[in-house]
Amino acid sequence: MSGTNAAAGGANAAAGGAFTDAVIRRNPAWIQLLGLCPLLAVSNSLVNAIGLALASGFVMLGSALAISALRTWIPSRVRLPCFVLVIATFTTLSVLLLEAYAFELYLRIALFVQIIVSNCMILGRMEAFASRQPPWRACLDALGTATGFAIALVALGGVREALGQGSLLAGMEHLFGPIAAGWRIDLGFDTAPFLIALLPPGAFIIAGLLLGLANSLGNALPSNRNNDEQGKTNPDIRKAEG
Amino acid sequence: MADLALILIGALLVNNFVLAQFLGLCPFMGVTKSFAPALAMGLATTFVLTLAAIACHLIHHALLIPLGLEWLRIIVFIAVIASVVQFTELYLRSASPLLHQSLGLYLPLITTNCAVLGVALLVAGEGLSLPGAIVFAMGAAAGFSLVMMMFSAIRERLEGADLPRAFAGAPIALVTAGLMSLGFLGFAGLD
Repeated sequence: MSGTNAAAGGANAAAGGAFTDAVIRRNPAWIQLLGLCPLLAVSNSLVNAIGLALASGFVMLGSALAISALRTWIPSRVRLPCFVLVIATFTTLSVLLLEAYAFELYLRIALFVQIIVSNCMILGRMEAFASRQPPWRACLDALGTATGFAIALVALGGVREALGQGSLLAGMEHLFGPIAAGWRIDLGFDTAPFLIALLPPGAFIIAGLLLGLANSLGNALPSNRNNDEQGKTNPDIRKAEG
Repeated sequence: MADLALILIGALLVNNFVLAQFLGLCPFMGVTKSFAPALAMGLATTFVLTLAAIACHLIHHALLIPLGLEWLRIIVFIAVIASVVQFTELYLRSASPLLHQSLGLYLPLITTNCAVLGVALLVAGEGLSLPGAIVFAMGAAAGFSLVMMMFSAIRERLEGADLPRAFAGAPIALVTAGLMSLGFLGFAGLD
């Protein structure tokens, strides 16, 4: 958060900092464990993961822009209901867009596109950032948070699809049209695919293993040792050690 | 009657909301560090979820379908859920201050619990009747509470476990949830 409140002087550097901060050190899914429901539910293939990442990014960006532009008109006492209604409006728009242009894909992830509205990650960013900053900064932060969420979705989706189906990018034509039909990569495993990766238990277990891996990589980085953002995991670690 | 029993078992065990459908994971990961808050969260969610499902079902059939406004359901349902949460809080505060003290903290969080919106949308999508909707919502809520209690009991035991540093906290909790989910897969045979 340090970069986000900096004076307008080094605005560009600070804005860049806000973006990388939102993508990596405050990664909504891995560090803050927000938006877990869609993350685990639709990550059984890359196409589902990318579809939901795009829909969430659209809602995030649209709501941040709208809320930031309207921030002086929204009375602070009823701000949360207002934010929720704005987010619900953009969620409805993304549902209608997916129904119109990617119906096959929509049928597979319908419920989780609709509940983007109750994703606490989005409401949290609106309350903490977009409602207090000018539109361009709010957009940058929204873009960063959405990218961070997309990276988490794609990482989990890629691992689960590779283990469970032995392929990558299968079925991309449902999202990008007939051009994408040839994007499927067959990994050519000799053995049968590891079916459990596609089932619900696989989502939890692989997410836990990936998070553990990310933690051990994060702990190895010197810059993250004394980092505030790690404060959420550190007490647990200390407790486990003590 | 048999239909309703099937809906109940389906929502409670076979398609458990948390472990098979990935709904309501925020409270599942966030409020299960110890048993008492997990139980309180389960009870509060059960109450709100059932009321909200009934309210959304009635509004969907009385207003949205006759007026051809089904595409507005996300906005309408989230507004209904927020109002139900607000009324529950007001009612509890006057009717039972003691209960309000133990559950009050969790009530506002329920507005952004996707299980509540998920139930309302699933009921609307599958076109259940009113009794079906009530039984489905109660089954889903009971399944949520059951899993919250089981998971918090396991996590209390995990507190003292000797873990690799990187796995302490959330990672081991996710793996634990995966093993529970594996157990719940066994209920698939009941359907």
